[in-house]
Amino acid sequence: MSVTPDLIREKLIAEIGAIHVDVEDTSPNRCAASFKVLVVSPQFEGKPLLQRHRMVNNCLAEELKEIHAFEQKTLTPEQWEKQKAQ
Amino acid sequence: MNSIIRSTARCLRAGAWQYRTAQNNGELLSGWARLMCSSSAAQKTLEEMVKKDKVVVFIKGTPAQPMCGFSNAVVQILRMHGVDNYAAYNVLDDQDIREGIKTFSNWPTIPQVFFNGEFVGGCDILLQMHQSGDLVEELQKLGIRSALSDQEKESK
Repeated sequence: MSVTPDLIREKLIAEIGAIHVDVEDTSPNRCAASFKVLVVSPQFEGKPLLQRHRMVNNCLAEELKEIHAFEQKTLTPEQWEKQKAQ
Repeated sequence: MNSIIRSTARCLRAGAWQYRTAQNNGELLSGWARLMCSSSAAQKTLEEMVKKDKVVVFIKGTPAQPMCGFSNAVVQILRMHGVDNYAAYNVLDDQDIREGIKTFSNWPTIPQVFFNGEFVGGCDILLQMHQSGDLVEELQKLGIRSALSDQEKESK
């Protein structure tokens, strides 16, 4: 499997300015390569959900060709701080 | 040239998934027309499909029997909101739909949710909209009263 959590993390940091990335490899629960990511980036500010998810999809376009299942949560730094405080 | 245009127009009008070879085209021409026909006809058909109903979902399996956890999540969320009148297309039944819808919405995964012909997102987005209360509002815009519309919104 050439897609690794580290590769995903590096790309998200480099291409959409992510300040925090959690990548969970959920493949053991499914039949093929699957990942769940939490991405925190100031570039998400002011953007609706769909646009944020498309940013992530575009960033990982090559990897998604090999990935079977993909879950994502996209937060701005402010939203992430709130979530951590809960 | 005219014969290609005529046969392509015939194909698009018929809305067929498969192109039926026109009688007087050579093998090479009908192959090209078939390729052009099936992808543009497929995209046109998908456009009609997503506009035909207010709520349209493309899932793996059916609402009665989803075949994937993410597709199931979409079905369950709609059920919780009391939305039971929606169009659900099983991508496992048709490989053309399965691939075509990903091209159509420029989105790599299934399930896919459309409101009033507009792509909303996948399971993650629908779930977040449900949790934030946005889904009740979006359904209201469609003229659908959510079963959860009387509950207080979760604080953001």
